[in-house]
Amino acid sequence: MTRKQRLVVIGNGMAGARLVEEIVSRPGGEHYEITVLGAEPYGNYNRILLSGVLAGSYCPEHIFLHPLSWYQEHGIRLHAGRAVTAIDWQGHRVQMADGDWESYDRLVIATGSSPYLPPLENLLREDGRLIAGAFTFRTLDDCQALLAYSSQARRAVVIGGGLLGLEAASGLRQRGLEVHLVHRSPHLLNLQLDSVGGAILARLVSEQGVQLHLGKETVAMLGQDRLCGLRFSDGSELACDLCVIATGTTPNIALARAAGLAVKRGIIIDDDLACSVPDIFAIGECAEHRGQTYGLVAPLWEQARILAERLTDSTSRKQYTGSAISTRLKVSGLDLTVMGDKEPAGPDDEVITYAEPTRGIYKKLIIREGRLQGAILLGDLPGSVPAARLVQLFHRGDPLPANRVELLFPCNGKNQQAVSVAELPDDTQICNCNGVSKGAILAAVRAGKRSLKALCDATRAATGCGSCKSQVQELLVLACEGEVVEDPSVHYYVPAIPLTKPELVRVIKERGLRSVSAVFQALANGQEDPTSKAGLASLLKTIWGKDYEDERDARFINDRVHANIQKDGTFSVVPRIYGGVTTPEQLRRIADVAEKYHVPLVKITGGQRIDLVGVRKEQLPAIWKDLGMPSGHAYTKAFRTCKTCLGSDFCRYGLGDSTTLGIKIEKRYQGIEMPHKVKLATAGCPRNCSEATTKDLGAVAIEGGRWEIYVGGAAGSRVRKGDLLCTVNTHEEVLLYMGRFMQYYRENAKYQERSYDFVERIGIEQLRRVLVEDAEGICARLDRDIQAAVEAYVDPWQREAEQPVTPTQFSEALEATPISLGAGN
Amino acid sequence: MKAPLPPGAVCYNLGHISRIPRGEGRTYRLQDRLIAVFRSRNEELFATQAHCPHQGGPLADGIIGDGKVICPLHAFKFDLRTGAPLGNSCPGLRTYPVSLDAEGNILVTVED
Ligand code: SRM
Ligand SMILES: Cc1cc2nc3c(=O)[nH]c(=O)nc-3n(C[C@H](O)[C@H](O)[C@H](O)COP(=O)(O)OP(=O)(O)OC[C@H]3O[C@@H](n4cnc5c(N)ncnc54)[C@H](O)[C@@H]3O)c2cc1C
Ligand code: SF4
Ligand code: FES
Repeated sequence: MTRKQRLVVIGNGMAGARLVEEIVSRPGGEHYEITVLGAEPYGNYNRILLSGVLAGSYCPEHIFLHPLSWYQEHGIRLHAGRAVTAIDWQGHRVQMADGDWESYDRLVIATGSSPYLPPLENLLREDGRLIAGAFTFRTLDDCQALLAYSSQARRAVVIGGGLLGLEAASGLRQRGLEVHLVHRSPHLLNLQLDSVGGAILARLVSEQGVQLHLGKETVAMLGQDRLCGLRFSDGSELACDLCVIATGTTPNIALARAAGLAVKRGIIIDDDLACSVPDIFAIGECAEHRGQTYGLVAPLWEQARILAERLTDSTSRKQYTGSAISTRLKVSGLDLTVMGDKEPAGPDDEVITYAEPTRGIYKKLIIREGRLQGAILLGDLPGSVPAARLVQLFHRGDPLPANRVELLFPCNGKNQQAVSVAELPDDTQICNCNGVSKGAILAAVRAGKRSLKALCDATRAATGCGSCKSQVQELLVLACEGEVVEDPSVHYYVPAIPLTKPELVRVIKERGLRSVSAVFQALANGQEDPTSKAGLASLLKTIWGKDYEDERDARFINDRVHANIQKDGTFSVVPRIYGGVTTPEQLRRIADVAEKYHVPLVKITGGQRIDLVGVRKEQLPAIWKDLGMPSGHAYTKAFRTCKTCLGSDFCRYGLGDSTTLGIKIEKRYQGIEMPHKVKLATAGCPRNCSEATTKDLGAVAIEGGRWEIYVGGAAGSRVRKGDLLCTVNTHEEVLLYMGRFMQYYRENAKYQERSYDFVERIGIEQLRRVLVEDAEGICARLDRDIQAAVEAYVDPWQREAEQPVTPTQFSEALEATPISLGAGN
Repeated sequence: MKAPLPPGAVCYNLGHISRIPRGEGRTYRLQDRLIAVFRSRNEELFATQAHCPHQGGPLADGIIGDGKVICPLHAFKFDLRTGAPLGNSCPGLRTYPVSLDAEGNILVTVED
């Protein structure tokens, strides 16, 4: 075994922590023993969100990206609160403030930058610290000190009208202070905006209650031991009790310079992200690449990604060639995105502008050689092309539409609506910090990330500056509700095969594909996809019935052992109790089994039957045998139950015999595979005690001895009243129409599409046309096919309790024997 | 000749490969340690820790394919060869060297 490589990272900020995270999540990361030396006394937090902490929209504890425990779990040594004071590159070691040395094989410098302090009179006290009341805004400590002080303050001044200054001013304003912003240039954000944009922004900012002092240069801090005002170069003064200095940053290069590394404004790195001496790399704000230093996170995340790849994969030749930058101002109520150049570079550049100054709208695009070279997008203009789309065009250098107006306003009729995030192409980058596309977000939703947090955790979208959060939320809502989005793969039946269900069914039938592996062989180049297996197995069973070639490995564990897996790996057993009607004898048997096998929990379910919970896999066959009852299929995508109420035999309101009907339904359709679970109920009158109108299928007796049949009801994660399919006269007709609906659903619903989504997608009118009026002439065939499925049904418990499919089907842990020992044992 | 085992390592015989149906996994008890062993449809063998790092799901009960396993509890995915988490931020799985002897018995080496 080769010794692990010692990787030492100086700086536990945005770049350093991201690098480490990238390394440990990659194959090859295990070859490193990682040590992180960070001057700040914390795990890693999201510096960007300090603006949100100041504004009160985040608590400090919510901006941590990695708690200390994360480092432990990943075997990373973190020395938080220990600054590095020297690098000895000949000796491959670094020294810390307390004198200790740390040796490395590879060293990464990610020291970031420090706030630039302008040479103001009376700014620094004798001990070198800032005069009380003056603050910088870079670290969590800065932010907390500022917040503590601001609770006593009334009038705050922010010096600096850049992104940071604007966010600080807005944050303090939201804390209720009187806020002034002093800026040396005559217009705000002069690095990013032209003068027109700057002027419009200035008006919007002052409307938010921030008083602007533009074209004013601060020269002195006033006050003895604490700040009481500022003096400007024109001699005027402004009284205040708090001041935030946001006049830019200086890369932290002292350490590198003292060690003899090449530095200019930043630490010089080449396209390999390597410094001028061996085995040392630099990333983040401290680094200077091709004459450029960056002050935003997207470039440094790109650097971290590339460096991680280079460090973990020795064959990689990936290079960093620089980043084009775009950014969005994080001030609530202000919509500003800027990218690239703000002015044309020469007469050949095209400039396109649209301005409505009174409404605070200003859009300016710079086009060079047919590509977007820069843009200023200020103000929210309903109906215009979203900023995210232009950011994408900018970053990818895509060719632009010849009709330039389409860059700002969608023109042809089809695109008229193409403004909400739903209509954006799938490869649009939604999260510009982490480079997460809409497609990636949708895929995550489909993979089950149904809460915003789960979605953000899984994709990293909105975990940077958070300004795309509302778009991510919008996508989440859309994808969850089954609405049409432009990604074609939402229509694929399974992810691995780019065919919709009807297309796939046709190909499977044409080519006679009877097993899951045959489908992969024929339609996916022989490439197995584990996420597609269970869906294909369900579909093949539906298509081929008895002639399906069953491959057990394609089934979800529940369907391999015919029980529902629980959080601790045990299973639950729910025997079928037709229509919820049982007998003392049956109850006694269940009780005996529960006792004999020490079943931890016996529970009456919401489906009118009894659940034996916490059964070990090995006990399953014996329990089934002893129960002698059929499987209730509470574990699978199939017909589950039919709940009933008392109905006409006993209930004083009963209009129809719902109990007998429910039992008939359940006996006929039990266990038949479906795209998702199907739960039914029958109710003896419109009082609906069995909740039949909110079931996948329900029958409700009405006056005159008739039955209403409802489809697509729901009372689970969604609540939806079912749609009335038809009203019929007899039990037999109820069975007929229900069966017909089930077969149509089996053939046309996507895998895991509940009936409530399916009915909404197809529409009740269409369902009535097809299933009641027989507009397509398929009713007789549907009736035949569901009848065939009824006949093909075999109770899995009866069969496999006697004869397991394989000898180890129900084994929990197989035993193994030690055969040889290594030396030294 | 087989290479000698490193110090502290123990090799276990898990019995014949036919105990694992093709495309499935099984949990094995190696003295006081549980591991999951998977046999892919194309006859590759993989051995990993038995329990999912997320919330302890029994990985041998997962669906496998294309060198990946999907945990049966919350569908987190892992690379069977390297143990790396796929699309989730769990720690990776511990993996173990696994091979077949001439009689078709599965051999797994555990190094501590
Ligand atoms: C046992 C039971 C709760 C109880 O103690 O009453 C239950 C237990 C589970 N339900 Fe349920 N549901 C139970 C009745 C219901 C009902 C009420 C009903 O059936 O009348 C509903 C609302 C109706 C519906 O289906 O929509 C219900 C809506 C859900 C949902 C949400 C479905 C949806 O998309 O709206 C899930 C999650 C899913 O299917 O993805 C779910 C999933 C589950 C699972 C299977 C979770 C899982 O995937 O492992 C639970 C199994 C726990 C376990 O470890 O065994 N269960 N579940 C009920 C069993 C009924 C039965 O006898 O078969
Ligand atoms: C309030 C605020 C809002 C921002 N908003 C945005 C935004 O919306 N979008 C955007 O893209 N960017 C934003 N930024 C900029 C972004 O935070 C920085 O670009 C990013 O943090 C730079 O990462 P870094 O790792 O290079 O430096 P840092 O995150 O500063 O990390 C450097 C770390 O190194 C440590 N260190 C320094 N010297 C030593 C030493 N000698 N020994 C040990 N440790 C040392 C420091 O203590 C620090 O923890 C914002 C910044 C602030 C302050
Ligand atoms: S509501 Fe259903 S799925 Fe949720 S915890 Fe209860 S039984 Fe489980
Ligand atoms: S326990 Fe494995 S995914 Fe949750």
